[in-house]
Amino acid sequence: MTKNTNLQDGTKMSRRDILKTAGVGGVGVILGASGLGGILTLNESKAATSNLTETIPFYGEHQSGITTKTQNHVYFASLDVTTTKKAEVIQLFKDWTKAAALLAEGKAVGELSSNEFLPPKDTGEAAGLSSANLTITFGVGPSLFVKNNEDRFGLKQKQPKELVDLPAFPLDALEEAWTGGDICIQACADDVQVAFHAVRNLIRIARGKAILRWAQTGFQRTKQADPKSGTPRNLFGFKDGTANPDVKSEKEMDEHVWVQPGDGPDWLVNGSYLVVRRIQMFIEVWDRTTLKEQEKTFGRNRDSGAPLGQKDEFEKLNLEKKNAQGGFHIPEDSHTRLSHGDGTQQILRRAYSYADGMDVKTGSFDAGLLFLCFQRAPSKQFIPIQTRLAKIDKLNEYTSHRGSALFACLPGAKQGGYIGETLFH
Amino acid sequence: MKLVKLSGIFLLSSSLLFGCSNTENTSSTEKKKETNNTASKALENVSKEYREYAVGEIEEFVKATEEFTKAVKNGDLELAKTLYGPARMYYERSEPIAEVFGDLDPKIDAREGDVPDEEWGGYHRIEKGLWVDHTTSSSEQFAEQLMKDVNLLRAKVDTVEVTPDLLITGAVDLLNEVSTSKVTGEEDRYSHTDLYDFAANVEGAEKIYQLLNPELKKKDEALSNEIQTRFDAIYSLLNKQKSGDGYKLYTELTEAQVKELSQAIDALAEPLSQIGIVTEAS
Repeated sequence: MTKNTNLQDGTKMSRRDILKTAGVGGVGVILGASGLGGILTLNESKAATSNLTETIPFYGEHQSGITTKTQNHVYFASLDVTTTKKAEVIQLFKDWTKAAALLAEGKAVGELSSNEFLPPKDTGEAAGLSSANLTITFGVGPSLFVKNNEDRFGLKQKQPKELVDLPAFPLDALEEAWTGGDICIQACADDVQVAFHAVRNLIRIARGKAILRWAQTGFQRTKQADPKSGTPRNLFGFKDGTANPDVKSEKEMDEHVWVQPGDGPDWLVNGSYLVVRRIQMFIEVWDRTTLKEQEKTFGRNRDSGAPLGQKDEFEKLNLEKKNAQGGFHIPEDSHTRLSHGDGTQQILRRAYSYADGMDVKTGSFDAGLLFLCFQRAPSKQFIPIQTRLAKIDKLNEYTSHRGSALFACLPGAKQGGYIGETLFH
Repeated sequence: MKLVKLSGIFLLSSSLLFGCSNTENTSSTEKKKETNNTASKALENVSKEYREYAVGEIEEFVKATEEFTKAVKNGDLELAKTLYGPARMYYERSEPIAEVFGDLDPKIDAREGDVPDEEWGGYHRIEKGLWVDHTTSSSEQFAEQLMKDVNLLRAKVDTVEVTPDLLITGAVDLLNEVSTSKVTGEEDRYSHTDLYDFAANVEGAEKIYQLLNPELKKKDEALSNEIQTRFDAIYSLLNKQKSGDGYKLYTELTEAQVKELSQAIDALAEPLSQIGIVTEAS
């Protein structure tokens, strides 16, 4: 029935009018309560955080959001393509590219029309906000190439050998609702509203061509809360990401992250493979585990992040070092030892924690890790690492892999070009 | 019906800022004037045609409500249940017009909790009697009153002025109704005949699109085609859920089917929301 609410005097207020009025009222109340002091505080905090308002260029050889210093928040979306026309998919990537470039500059995705009978092109919630280091990274999944044995868009012969569904790992508890996708959009920013605004507008542009399959927000401690910018901690309280390759080293990035000429089809050169895992963490169970057990599970000291038996977080792992009882300091089934392996397999981790309220079935927190990692070849990096971990990692007692997807993140685009050009051309 | 969701906000805003709401009203009146001035002659004709369509639907609604209320009063439970879903479709198709009468709409179409219990009547009240109490006897009075209200609606509808504004917002509003209450199964929560309302809202939106289409094609042929394609997509999904002359129950749909229907409405409503370009000078 109606969207209009009747006032006593017989005049009508639309829902929008009511919301507008309520909004104005809200501001009035806040100012009234906090007074001038509140305004001054707002200004001061703006000045103090001005170093967070940098803009990361969207166009470039590589897409941003991969070797970019990890921002505070992620909004990750996996999409299914619904159109059957290749031309519409190409148009979608062209429209997305333009919109993403504007968003990265902190601009609206479209001008406000003078015709008030049209909805605004931009959804508006980021108006007046900086770009907050927003990066938008697009990837394509195996199912964009072939789905149900069908070569959907004539791209089958372009599908890289590396871009196939990940193998089933022992203990996987994947749920359809959190798995796979034809396309991914990773929006990272130092402001959660900026990140959401980006994804929301890109999904809106895709209506009729692609739909949301699943989406997950993630967070890290903010830069404001951690001015020393230490290694972020996961929800188990341990530092996560200590052993990442150096994003500032072009050599290391070429070796471990960027697809190189000769690796596979040329269209993906300068791109990267993204593995996403939605890992539920049983934090209630973890919280009743003794500190000693927790540290043995990770193989690191909780407080300092140093490998067990060693002093400093960034010390080279000494896997041979034994304790007084003759056992290894870093246990054989510990997460650190198994992840490290012989040290040749490296992935660039960009993980975020998630906390999605309560698990309605159990009444526990639905919390965990949105594990995101980039690499040059999953078959030589993530897959062997995860194969080791899935077998005996002690951490498995406290986690469950609920979601999984693999995407090939496209190479960057030049101004005037579009993301995906090398694939669709 | 959305009354309840809003009431919290509404109370807050009116108590804080009663003066401000007057300003809002003034400015919206002014906007309306502008609309009428900028709307072309062609749109005036469209408005007239739409008025005829809506009046026709409401006339059918009167007839269908007569049959429905008669079945209730005659104690024919099964017949009343059969007539419930189809009868509502006439109302749902012409909702942009029917809703103009803010006093009658809740009387005819309020869901439980939308209005104070002692004021609750109309279609959904009877729906609860038929499906939850499994009897017509608790609904006789409500049937009597419903018939009166629907007759009053028919009488009042002749006074409605259809503006291009009402049409342009009405088309998308119909689909928004689908998105917010039909596709969630909240509209017909006892009978689960939500898909009847769903289909009728879509048909009502399509009627507006068809009437505006000659103008729309002049402005943007690609947009016109896109909208038609998306309507076709919804109908093909709805046709899969047919059961006899009507539709399956909402509770018979899988979660995946509900999601598919919901996302298809989004895919249609987005381009349809651009239909306002018909007000622009060619």
